[in-house]
Amino acid sequence: MGNWVVTHWFSVLFLAAWLGLNVFLFVHAFLLFEKADKYYYTRQILGSALAWARASARCLNFNSMLILLPVCRNLLSFLRGTCSFCRRTLRKQLDHNLTFHKLVAYMICFHTAIHIIAHLFNFERYSRSRQATDGCLASILSNLSHQEKEGGSWLNPIQSPNMTVEYVTFTSIAGLTGVIITIALVLMVTSAMEFIRRSYFEVFWYTHHIFIIYFIGLGIHGIGGMVRGQTEESIDESHPHECAEFFEKWGDPDSHCKRPQFEGLPAESWKWILTPSILYIFERILRFYRSRQKVVITKVVMYPSKVLELQMNKRGFSMEVGQYIFVNCPSISYLEWHPFTLTSAPEEDFFSIHIRAAGDWTENLIRAFEQQHSPVPRIEVDGPFGTVSEDVFQYEVAMLVGAGIGVTPFASILKSIWYKFRNADHSLKTQKNFDKATDILTGLKQKTSFGRPMWDNEFSTIATNHPKSVVGVFLCGPQTLAKSLRKCCQRYSSLNPRKVQFYFNKESF
Amino acid sequence: MGQIEWAMWANEQALASGLILIAGGIVATAGQFTQWYLGTYSIAAGVLVCLLEYPRGRRAKGSTMERCGQKYMTRAVKALGPLTRNYYIRAFLHLGLSVPAGFLLATILGTACLAIASGIYLLAAVRGEQWTPIEPKPKERPQVGGTIKQPPSNPPPRPPAEARKKPGEEEPVVGVPTGGPQENPMPVTDEVV
Repeated sequence: MGNWVVTHWFSVLFLAAWLGLNVFLFVHAFLLFEKADKYYYTRQILGSALAWARASARCLNFNSMLILLPVCRNLLSFLRGTCSFCRRTLRKQLDHNLTFHKLVAYMICFHTAIHIIAHLFNFERYSRSRQATDGCLASILSNLSHQEKEGGSWLNPIQSPNMTVEYVTFTSIAGLTGVIITIALVLMVTSAMEFIRRSYFEVFWYTHHIFIIYFIGLGIHGIGGMVRGQTEESIDESHPHECAEFFEKWGDPDSHCKRPQFEGLPAESWKWILTPSILYIFERILRFYRSRQKVVITKVVMYPSKVLELQMNKRGFSMEVGQYIFVNCPSISYLEWHPFTLTSAPEEDFFSIHIRAAGDWTENLIRAFEQQHSPVPRIEVDGPFGTVSEDVFQYEVAMLVGAGIGVTPFASILKSIWYKFRNADHSLKTQKNFDKATDILTGLKQKTSFGRPMWDNEFSTIATNHPKSVVGVFLCGPQTLAKSLRKCCQRYSSLNPRKVQFYFNKESF
Repeated sequence: MGQIEWAMWANEQALASGLILIAGGIVATAGQFTQWYLGTYSIAAGVLVCLLEYPRGRRAKGSTMERCGQKYMTRAVKALGPLTRNYYIRAFLHLGLSVPAGFLLATILGTACLAIASGIYLLAAVRGEQWTPIEPKPKERPQVGGTIKQPPSNPPPRPPAEARKKPGEEEPVVGVPTGGPQENPMPVTDEVV
């Protein structure tokens, strides 16, 4: 538990701040619309539904502003670079950008639901008060004319008793854009479900670009000024607290209360989303610029089980262990960028990736390289991204578990260790190996074992051999493996904090 | 986009639409909106759609993640035979179910989303996809240590067919696929710091 707090304190603080801001913005907007005099008459028709709609709208604006930021990976890399004096745990949080993106997306969905339900009630109440004939305050307010000659000072957007709410929805900017952007949101969410994303990445990638529709729609959603409040002058002249009860006399010329005048709230969403949109556009331009830089493929290796290794060079490219790049192959698809962990070590004079056939794009890529056309297909690269896996070097003993293509980050780490050892890096200590014979498979002194490891054996062996060490366990593989490793870490960590301790690092490489 | 099974996405979309229909229907019914009986219809339609769509079909390629607790529904859906297997029927069913809800503002979002799901199902049907149930496999007790076998007797490269018989094929770390065992650029000794 203590270890969890030490590694995750920044995440907890950040999330608490984000939730806190959401709550604050919601409550602040809610109280404003529920209590302010400006909306007194509006509340006569709509009740609390007005405040619920506006409060959730404020949160929607806030979260829509935030959602673009975690996916500006070049901006994040820049922040990480300038922040090199920051503690490593702080920089690691930047790697959880996608998790934050998803959290913000869920919050947007939540507030969208509140917003829509509140507006459904609003429309229904507007419709009812327009159709009401009992001469109550609400119906008088609703009948305030839309005619220009009376100052166009209307409150109820439903202009006649025959107008249905559906008609108003689809003929007003707010209603139409609202429906469109909600449909866009639903499509984005369903195509981004983990199952779909992992199995059919292209569906997710292309559908997710309808966020453009979402943002444009959000920007123009409030233009119509359908949320109306009393004007300042009107409040000064005829304050609702004094005049509301005398609403029957508003038309009388000798009454000291005049008809209230209303104005629409100006659109404010654009103010929230303008800066992130500009940053994101800049990010895409930057990605495009970086991708235009020439990538020279120095070596192509085809392995059995359909794994392709590409060794490449790019001017100005420098990497660290555990980082990843995005790769695009225009001859296969202009728009798709797929992430791959770098398998080369920083000490090598090239960078490499290993690609396994796991879907349309990867299969096409492997086929294109198999055909050995000359020249080879052009590759574009963006990156590298991700935090350096320095953590591995911070532990006295590190246990790296990679499953399947999950060995890729560890390949990079192991190669880097090898180079450090070769260059007599004294920070690296290796243990005497007692077995003089070399392993036939790898030529190394460490024997290769075959079959699925018996974790209990492995952990107890390490615990016996390093009774006083802190062991870092790193995994790049499936969740089920993470569960068993975490259990083993807990089981084999000694109760005595000065004896062997296993720390499980669920890194997302 | 050749390998995409559109039905999988249609399924997610339809499930989401069902939930949206239920939510919109509840709001309309509870708020006693004008024409709120359409809201009641929408709840019923939404429940039907959710029950039909909850059990995920088996993917043609690869393994499929089941949804939590779906095996009871899988049996029910499977029992309806071609009605649920065929995606044309599903596409038209969803389109039909969505129409009445389109007359009430509270449920119009559900209509739009379900109509889109119907369109994707139509695409899936045109491409010849079918709903197949995920059958539970007999649980194999994982033998601890059972996968550990003798190491291979010959060094790499070993041809792929043989490699499948021997678990634990090792990928050479430095990209040299030909030749004998891993050639180290410098000799490795065990006298170190």
